Amino acid sequence: MSPTNAYEQWLELYEAASKRDVPFTTMSGVALSPVYGPEDAEFPGLFPYTRGVHASMYRARLWTMRMFAGFGTAVDTNKRFKDIIGAGATGLSTAFDMPTLLGLDSDHPMALGEVGRCGVAIDSLSDMRDLFADIDLASITTSMTINSPAAVMLALFVAQAEESGVARRQLGGTLQNDILKEYQAQKEFVFPPRHSMRLVRDTIAFTAAEMPKWNSISVSGYHIREAGSTAVEELAFTLANGFAYVELARQAGLGVDDVAPRLSFFFNAHIDFFEEIAKYRAARRLWAHWMKDYYGATNELSWKLRFHTQTAGVSLTAQQPEINIARTAIEALAGVLGGTQSLHTNSMDEALALPSEKAARIALRTQQIIAHETNVTHVADPLGGSWFVEELTDEMARQAQDIFAEISALGDGSMLEGCIKGIEENWFQGRIADSAYALERSFNHSDRIVVGVNDFTEGNNDADLETLRITNEDERRQVQRLHHVRGDRNDELVARALEALRRDARDPEVNLMPALIDAARAYVTVGEMMGAMESVFGRHVEVPTL
Amino acid sequence: MTIRVLVAKVGLDGHDRGIKVVARLLRDAGMEVVYTGLFQTPETVAIAAIQEDVDVVGLSMLSGAHLTLAPLVVQALRERGSDIPVVVGGIVPSNDLADMRLAGIAAIFGPGASADEMVTSITDVVSRARA
Repeated sequence: MSPTNAYEQWLELYEAASKRDVPFTTMSGVALSPVYGPEDAEFPGLFPYTRGVHASMYRARLWTMRMFAGFGTAVDTNKRFKDIIGAGATGLSTAFDMPTLLGLDSDHPMALGEVGRCGVAIDSLSDMRDLFADIDLASITTSMTINSPAAVMLALFVAQAEESGVARRQLGGTLQNDILKEYQAQKEFVFPPRHSMRLVRDTIAFTAAEMPKWNSISVSGYHIREAGSTAVEELAFTLANGFAYVELARQAGLGVDDVAPRLSFFFNAHIDFFEEIAKYRAARRLWAHWMKDYYGATNELSWKLRFHTQTAGVSLTAQQPEINIARTAIEALAGVLGGTQSLHTNSMDEALALPSEKAARIALRTQQIIAHETNVTHVADPLGGSWFVEELTDEMARQAQDIFAEISALGDGSMLEGCIKGIEENWFQGRIADSAYALERSFNHSDRIVVGVNDFTEGNNDADLETLRITNEDERRQVQRLHHVRGDRNDELVARALEALRRDARDPEVNLMPALIDAARAYVTVGEMMGAMESVFGRHVEVPTL
Repeated sequence: MTIRVLVAKVGLDGHDRGIKVVARLLRDAGMEVVYTGLFQTPETVAIAAIQEDVDVVGLSMLSGAHLTLAPLVVQALRERGSDIPVVVGGIVPSNDLADMRLAGIAAIFGPGASADEMVTSITDVVSRARA
């Protein structure tokens, strides 16, 4: 008999899914259903996926505990990756240092003092090889948090994997590659927006054709929120950027169903618990409707918004840093109750420094407590049906639709054009700065209490935590590594690869990925590849506005 | 006399939430604020500070490069014969505070510093420099 109502459709999907081997009861032995609600309610795994993208949610598989790490040289970070995997993490995410994020080599004058500080320094294929040495890329997926040089980093990753015997078709992972939010919020941009979008187009087309397991873009609201937006702005700007990438891929001749299943999302988990949960629910519902109704996607995978969550760095305090463990736990729980596919928990010391090994382990343990002790994983969308959460979900979706209309109007009906124009006209940047200012004023007027900052300050003078120290010695070692690479390579191959890259860059119809992969194999450095492209594309300068 | 402030981002750090919020809070307190924009060098900041005839330079540093770059800004100013004081806001670990002061940084504001604290301290730094 074929299913007649939502409940029966859900049940069919649920029964077909495998389940983890744990008792799905409360601690006292009360049996639990996989989901609750009337037979005609929304159900997880069913369009529009408000309640989750999988019918069985965490009963089938827990979220990926993907910890973000990177500092010093590739060798230092490789060791930290192995520690994290040893502690039970199930995914890796690479943090790059500022020079790498901006496509500069470690010996560039502007890199002075920044090498290895905020992440790992990657200058060439040699560093990429050390970064993933002895890590099984077939069994653990990796994410690379990089944007302006995303295509360059993908080229290095492919070159590195192929020389170690893993074909590009087998590589699973994610490139952040979300350049729009760089101009809007994170501000690690290099080329002007329209040239950057050409590189994004090239990575989308390349991975669609040659890397079937790769997520080409992680459309990221995280940085928009950290830069000061409201939750609704984070929701709306992020999805609008997602629509823009779908339209970009269409321009390159790809169908919506070729690109949408390869987009994953990345949201913030801030401290306002229910607002965050409503945001994730609204995001899934909005994306599903826009993909199906507006862009005409027919593949269910295009409709399903899958997302990674990171707890809010900006919510952490330098005062009494240990209490950040509590903040992070609450934020992480919001991500889980909101149905995240992947989660990074911040370390307690991140308002002070990059995380120490101990602080990073406690952050991972926080996820493991939620996953294995609390039993919140037994029931999908446990807050679904709450009058409060349902209404807040509807309201956030309504407000996001209003913002979509504004962006679409900026682009005369095109989301792609609206996002680019909004950047060029400082529309996004201005809105984010206004929201950040409004929030800060409310803290300064003590309308909002932040524990340890404007109230409950006893304990603020306690002894400091032990934090990770990155020294100029790390910078010196990295510069030495780079000089070795430059000394050992074949200069003629380098010159030829750079010439090919410049030639391809000049023709906007050509996909730049093959030339970048050739350059990576010839040990052309990140700074040299970016420099070659900059000679054609030029450089973006943001007009400073307050 | 109205205090003129140049707020600046030196180096590669793109985090500009803090600097924009602080700039507006200083304006609310009656100061005149000029913003350099992102990705400045110590030299461009010193030149802008002198050209704009400001009373104080405020650097926002969140990437860990403060010990390298903040002293270079002070040096670039002094080399040009300017005694404009430099203050820093952002993430400066307590271990680095003494070195920052030795390098001539007049005041340092950590995360959670209130608008009142910053305004009072900057006013104080400027009146000492003017004295």
